[in-house]
Amino acid sequence: MVGAAVKNDKEACPPRAAWIQDADTAVLRLSGDWRREGPLPVVEGAVPAALPARYETADLGVFDSTLPAFLLARIRAVAGTEKPPLDGLPDNLRGLMDLALAVPEQGEARGPPAAASDLRKLGKLTMETGESVRLMSEFIGLSVLSVFRFVTGRARFRSTDFWLTLQECGIEALPIVSLISFLIGLILAFVGNVQLANFGANIFVADLVGIAMVREMGVVMTSIIMSGRTGAAFAAHLGSMKANEEIDALRTFGLNPFDFLVLPRLLALVLMLPLLTIYSNIIGILGGMLVGAAVGIPPVLYWTQTLIAINLTTASLGVFKSFFFAAAIAICGCLHGMHAGDSSAAVGQATTRAVVASITAIIVLDSLFATIFTLLEI
Amino acid sequence: MSLSTEKSTAKIAVRGLTMAYGSYVVMSDLNFDIQDKDIFVIMGGSGCGKSTLLRHMIGLLEPTKGSVHYEGANFTTASAEERARFIRRFGVMYQSGALWSSLTLAENIALPLEEFSALPPKVVRDLVSYKLSLVGLAGYEDFYPSQVSGGMNKRAGIARAMALDPDILFLDEPGAGLDPLSSHRLDDLILRLRDSLGSTVVIVTHELASIFSIANNAIFLDTETRTQGAVGNPTELRDHSGSPGVRRFLNRGIETAPLPNSPAHEP
Repeated sequence: MVGAAVKNDKEACPPRAAWIQDADTAVLRLSGDWRREGPLPVVEGAVPAALPARYETADLGVFDSTLPAFLLARIRAVAGTEKPPLDGLPDNLRGLMDLALAVPEQGEARGPPAAASDLRKLGKLTMETGESVRLMSEFIGLSVLSVFRFVTGRARFRSTDFWLTLQECGIEALPIVSLISFLIGLILAFVGNVQLANFGANIFVADLVGIAMVREMGVVMTSIIMSGRTGAAFAAHLGSMKANEEIDALRTFGLNPFDFLVLPRLLALVLMLPLLTIYSNIIGILGGMLVGAAVGIPPVLYWTQTLIAINLTTASLGVFKSFFFAAAIAICGCLHGMHAGDSSAAVGQATTRAVVASITAIIVLDSLFATIFTLLEI
Repeated sequence: MSLSTEKSTAKIAVRGLTMAYGSYVVMSDLNFDIQDKDIFVIMGGSGCGKSTLLRHMIGLLEPTKGSVHYEGANFTTASAEERARFIRRFGVMYQSGALWSSLTLAENIALPLEEFSALPPKVVRDLVSYKLSLVGLAGYEDFYPSQVSGGMNKRAGIARAMALDPDILFLDEPGAGLDPLSSHRLDDLILRLRDSLGSTVVIVTHELASIFSIANNAIFLDTETRTQGAVGNPTELRDHSGSPGVRRFLNRGIETAPLPNSPAHEP
């Protein structure tokens, strides 16, 4: 935008703002071309505490928004000016200034200033941590109540939602679970074989792969895949529903958003993750078997050795844990989705938090189980 | 059911309502009544808290002070079950439409019908088509919200709000983003709904044309004083209000002197 009197000489004059003391009032003399592409304005003379009583603009060239912005900043810096004098400004500039000053600045609307001291930051962090623990506990409680309502037949949700989620976190996850589990089995067998071959005991690769898969690797890897795949999807879906007021819309129809959105997801994942875990265990053992065949263990022998190593108790440990991991993934995903902010950036943050929280929960729960199983000598 | 101390015959009564986000007070001390079958408009400059007031009225936000009463019963202090009973009688259209994005337009309108009635699918389908026809969207049943325009989303949102023939209809800026013809149709629809179903309608808007053609009562929220500027019939407020801010708003910024005959509804 270029305004003011356009001068004939094309030579650019640098922008200048000179303060002149005229009797006991200040005058601001503006000159030169004020443009974004041009040099920065030069302020001359002592800047008085008050606003200029009038302006001199005889030498003012062309200007864009930089000039009104400069003047507005000066006016805003001097507090408590209801109607600042604008005498001497050319009409077009005066019009812009009138418009900018028409509505007074809403100081309160800017929000509280950012936390200053370290102590204040620490306090804020502590309160936020406390709040997130409270939210998590509340959410777990609500989930339990919701499951209870479902069992007693009082929870309402769309059955299509449930079947769709079941498909998303079941069949559609098979390819990635197959690939990862197969490779994990393969890696375990390779590493184990190198060590066990030193003792001439490489048949025990079958024991190593079998026990590691069914106790730990199968369930943990599947859970981590599912938290990145399904937990993130839950958080993103619910988060964008929240940002789009869709959750409010459910609420004002008298539908319980918890039963409607969280419950089908929780149920679907709790049903599917154990099945995926069993599948992952089998695929992992097959991966080990492939390496075994490559190093001279016949598959039949490998399979027999695996069956000797794994009893029903060992095999059920991973599946048992998977129920808890599934609940943790669904709760973390839905919690962060339901409590996301109202913007698209907030949906991204919610997804990140959901994945981080669910992976952390899986590992923490797993170490807890490891301790308990050791104490129980299982 | 808990009753308010000052029992009112009004359909909706707002008493001493103060709304705040943390320490930032949006509006304080709002007092107004909405009578049965009123078309009541909440108006004011953008950012003054019109939608926030609506959210307080339907229970999505809790007031810092004051209360909202429906037919004399206190909604703000009611238990969750009592509230749910009130909410069943509401129809709400959100500013963005807020259609459930994973469902088609028809499924959006069918969902409340399926949840709260035992109608056979054929009847539900007919009801859905009828509601969509009312807002001029016949034939768009199988489109997803992301496949139609913003204005169409909004109209579908109105159709969904009307799904259960609500006793009280809340509309958040229904006319914004609609073309003049659709906007006129919408005004017509609101009047007809009130006349045929006897619904009370609460509308957040600043479309002056629709305010004057349909509203019989209104509240003006004043950004500067952060409280209600005036309550009354919009045409009377425009011509007779004692507050220059209210007259200026309703005259599109033109300064006017109040006409003689002081208004009856001025607070």
